[in-house]
Amino acid sequence: MSENILEVNNLKKYFPITKGKEKGLSVKAVDDISFSIKRGETLALVGESGSGKSTTAYNVIGMYSATAGQIIFKDEPISNNIKERPLRLRKEIQMVFQDPGTTLNPRRIVKDILSLPLKIHKLVDKKDPVGQIVRLLEEVELPMEYLFKTPLALGGGERQMLAVARALSTNPDLIVLDEPTSALDVSIQAKIINMLLRLQKDYDLSYLFITLDLSLVRNFATRVAIMYLGKIAEIAPTEIFFSDPEHPYTKMLLSAIPVISEKEEEVKHAKVTPKGEIPSPVNVPKGCSFNTRCPLAFDRCFVEDPVMKEVASDHQVRCHLVEERRQS
Amino acid sequence: MDENIVTIKDLHIGYRTFGGHVKVLNGVNLYVKPGEKVSIVGETGCGKTTTVKAILRILARQAVVTGGEIIFKGEQVLKMNKSQLQHLRGTGVSMIFQDPTSSLNPVFTIGQQMSAVIRYSGHAGATKSKIQEELAIKALQETAMPDPERILQSYPFQLSGGMRQRVSIAMALSTPREMVIADEPTTNLDVTIQDQVLRILKQRVEEKNTSLILITHSLGVARETTDRIYVMYAGNMVETAPTTELFREQYHPYTRALVDCIPRLSGGGVAEGIGGRIPNYLDPPPGCRFAPRCPKAFDRCWQEKPEYVNVGSSHQVACFLYDQSTGDE
Repeated sequence: MSENILEVNNLKKYFPITKGKEKGLSVKAVDDISFSIKRGETLALVGESGSGKSTTAYNVIGMYSATAGQIIFKDEPISNNIKERPLRLRKEIQMVFQDPGTTLNPRRIVKDILSLPLKIHKLVDKKDPVGQIVRLLEEVELPMEYLFKTPLALGGGERQMLAVARALSTNPDLIVLDEPTSALDVSIQAKIINMLLRLQKDYDLSYLFITLDLSLVRNFATRVAIMYLGKIAEIAPTEIFFSDPEHPYTKMLLSAIPVISEKEEEVKHAKVTPKGEIPSPVNVPKGCSFNTRCPLAFDRCFVEDPVMKEVASDHQVRCHLVEERRQS
Repeated sequence: MDENIVTIKDLHIGYRTFGGHVKVLNGVNLYVKPGEKVSIVGETGCGKTTTVKAILRILARQAVVTGGEIIFKGEQVLKMNKSQLQHLRGTGVSMIFQDPTSSLNPVFTIGQQMSAVIRYSGHAGATKSKIQEELAIKALQETAMPDPERILQSYPFQLSGGMRQRVSIAMALSTPREMVIADEPTTNLDVTIQDQVLRILKQRVEEKNTSLILITHSLGVARETTDRIYVMYAGNMVETAPTTELFREQYHPYTRALVDCIPRLSGGGVAEGIGGRIPNYLDPPPGCRFAPRCPKAFDRCWQEKPEYVNVGSSHQVACFLYDQSTGDE
């Protein structure tokens, strides 16, 4: 058995445009990306809005059927057609969404929210159905009294803890976390992140963590992948990613983060002043998709799209500059 | 004579709701000097927006001011009549809202909306459409917008999020103002766009020597943009200090916990977070509102509301731990 729990190879997801001026074209939300997640590790998928990180996640959990490419979960290729995905695989990949206010049914009580996945996957403990749910609540540090409350009666952080409990209920191996703390205050974010770290250790979980917040990534993820316009720009282990970033976009992202101490300013060693905005994924620029904003772009970047190159073990970058520097 | 642009003294504001009277602001004190950039930092629901909306008197109808005063350049804002208020909003203070999709009108062009702002600004000749256009173009150029003539013809939906927020900044600074209030101007934007918008805002405010109140929940944004920080918790300003000093040393247990909670780019793990949640404003704790979550709370915290104590020049903290009469620390 390979050490990778999930492998994504050359995944593509296009959304065709059926109306208006741009009819016939398609939105290339995810355009040929490959990555893998090892057992027990956290891969952070970072990018601006519109970079395709959520689309990638939805393909992994089976909310979308991929246009092309292959997803391998535990050495078993999963069909791109989500209707053919067996229930047992759905059980093993779970998801926590960004906004628990809209992804938890406001008219159901906590007990019902948590017992639904158990019923669907036939995991109900017939001898002690309530005890099973109480144990789930304990796992996410929520008191037993919450069994008969609706999500509306809970605070934002508590709702997100409930969403984590729901994801845990089917005993998954991989959890996709789609910006789980971006709607929450920092004091609550810290609590949730610590809880997720503990659960990962206790149950040997693997996380695909989608976020915009690089400071959080530094303290939570094992490896980092940066996405830009549907493609991965750089992928590296967290330590190397922050000490030795290679891609100009990575450097730009790092220097844009507002920080609170001098020590952190040092991490932003290369000051690249951000300019411009992410272009539309319908009309992706020719050549390297980052050329409209890149301060270092040269002739080749406007003609030829760079390919992923390994610069060190586990560290891959998609940039002509890095390639040329290595050749010289 | 008061040298401050704006001074808020012991402001109490509540809201009438079906559940009863919620007491949100519980004695807010704040001052802003001419040309000073100040930020108010706090978590969701702590009363940051209520405080600044009170300065412009644009609070919701359910809001009730139950005490305190707001002084803008020596005048009592809470006692102003309609024409004085229009003068205040036209030439004194302007505001940049969090979400430009809802603060810009979708059925008027940017040009029409900017002209309207300039027309009521009291600027010389501002009723002439030629001058309005000139001022609008100049303001857009100053916020580094490409092709301002085209922007004036555009509707808000034709612009991207970052551009819409820069239009809001241009609009707020199209005529001279004493003070600009920016209410979480970058919360909905990506980090790279946030960086651009904040840089432009800071640059524009400094060039025009306008005072700025920036509301944010991110201490990082506050540190990189403003001179002095107010930390707000549950309707109180718990601590204020010049930016560098606040990050060197935090006195209030809440500020300390808040700073610890922020994940660092340099690594080192995540702190534990603060237990509990913000108090229920229908029936808030009678003493210090942070007492139920405070690891250092003692008897007095539950009974009395702490007042500001000076712990350094212009570093003040509202906490009994530093009150000389208690004899602690």
